[in-house]
Amino acid sequence: MARLWQVSKLIRSKNAGPFELTFDVIFKDRESYERVRDAGIINAEWFARTYQLTPEVVQIINYDAASAIKITIPRPTISGDVDDTDVFGGQQHGPLVDLEVP
Amino acid sequence: MSEIRLVAATGMLGSGFREETLRRAMTLDPDFIGVDAGTTDAGPHYLGCEDTHFSDSAYKRDLRLILRASRAAKIPAIIGSAITAGTDNQVRHLVRLARDIAREDKLSFKLGVVYSEQDRDYLKKRLRERRIRPLANPPPLDEAVIDRSTHIVGLAGAEPYMEALDKGAEVVISGRSSDTSIFAAMPLMRGFDPGLVWHAAKVMECGAASVVLRKYPDCMFAAIGKDSFTVEPPNPDYRCDPVSIASHNLYENGTPYELVEPSGVLNTYGARYEAVSDRAVRVSGGRFTPAERYTVKLEGAELAGYQSIIIGAVRDPIILRQFDSWLDGLVKAAKKRILAVFGAGIEEKYRFNVRVFGRNAAMGRLESDLSIGHEVGLVFQVTAQTQELAAALMKSVGHIAVHFPVPEYSGLITSIAYPYSPAELHRGACYRFNLNHVVEPDTPLEMFRLDYETV
Repeated sequence: MARLWQVSKLIRSKNAGPFELTFDVIFKDRESYERVRDAGIINAEWFARTYQLTPEVVQIINYDAASAIKITIPRPTISGDVDDTDVFGGQQHGPLVDLEVP
Repeated sequence: MSEIRLVAATGMLGSGFREETLRRAMTLDPDFIGVDAGTTDAGPHYLGCEDTHFSDSAYKRDLRLILRASRAAKIPAIIGSAITAGTDNQVRHLVRLARDIAREDKLSFKLGVVYSEQDRDYLKKRLRERRIRPLANPPPLDEAVIDRSTHIVGLAGAEPYMEALDKGAEVVISGRSSDTSIFAAMPLMRGFDPGLVWHAAKVMECGAASVVLRKYPDCMFAAIGKDSFTVEPPNPDYRCDPVSIASHNLYENGTPYELVEPSGVLNTYGARYEAVSDRAVRVSGGRFTPAERYTVKLEGAELAGYQSIIIGAVRDPIILRQFDSWLDGLVKAAKKRILAVFGAGIEEKYRFNVRVFGRNAAMGRLESDLSIGHEVGLVFQVTAQTQELAAALMKSVGHIAVHFPVPEYSGLITSIAYPYSPAELHRGACYRFNLNHVVEPDTPLEMFRLDYETV
């Protein structure tokens, strides 16, 4: 089994505005993308479990044009609010990096 | 005209670009230079109190090069979302910098200014008419939210830019607008296909962000034709490929397939990205569907309180082995001390948070791995209604925390390493974004004020 970072050229998280958080996994090649996409490894249930969320709030979007998988969730706190931990939302993707993929 | 040529000076005014790259871009005979100057990335502070993300020196450096290039080529320069949040004072601030540059460099131009800050009575009227609608994950909205906001801006569409250009503006400085509108206005005026225009504008608004490897901020170039547009970085060290251009739709966007603008929605489901060389990409197939109702997105900020913080580190293995119970005891003791000093009722007047670096400081409640290593960092944070109160409360926290005991040791211990004297840092006013809503105006210009002057 490979780890996600080994088949990706970019794994990142970022604000999509102050009220949503979005994650991008851009794969190194079409083949790796299709293998991971079709295996359904990155799915709403897994993501919700890993991020302490309910699956209903997790949107998973396959983006063939860039061989990428996008995940979008509501931000746990509004960007920059008193309880926020990450104003840009840029360090939320850690748990994705070492995910085992086929 | 069969083609329109766009130059984006950089992704954000003040972040910089290479002077040489702009010079090269200008040899490509562009029809205008655009640049976005705004962001909500850095949080609510800039909308809350109108501070700017970069220094005046950084803004002037970029703006000077843009204005010189624009005047030398006699093409418009279009600057949107001045300078961070696009409030009226930030627009005036950038206009002052433009006047300074014009005087210093002996430039002269007709300036169009777009103001985006919103009138509270207007917004309340639209709220009562049910013409303000929530977007995803919105905070609650009522008239009190409008009243307590320090600033509310509306994101202008392409129309205010088109109006200013139509009235002969050679330089446009706008308050908050959608990033793409800066680049869409002139191509739309010239009748190019809105699907191509909005898609090209989305690629351009971040400057060189859509190249394969962006090592530093820089300019970008695109040419929109009848059936497609082509993107090619003017910096010879940069290249685009179909994946780098397609990937840019992912950036800061909830979905790569749709981009919602005031006047409609761009969808890229049918978009094609083809290499025309090893560094240029041709894009086609984006479709723009006009909205039934024109909408203007709002951004608002309100005061969340005043903060004082303390930064410290814990290294003792005996404390770290019982870290949760030690910290839990410390928080309780700090609150008890605050109650003893400030009296009953104080608990309603402040919030005390602790951030634990080395455990879940980055991810907070999204974190599933709560293990710690050989050292943890702590940030104690008090939020209160005045800075004086936050500072006073933090003084009590600091002393309790630094000597908080563990059962294994007898005698007084000093359990936290504070790197600073005094330990407390005062953050001043803190703000909160309080709107994620759109207004349905009667016309695209209704919420924006335009002004003209000869500089």
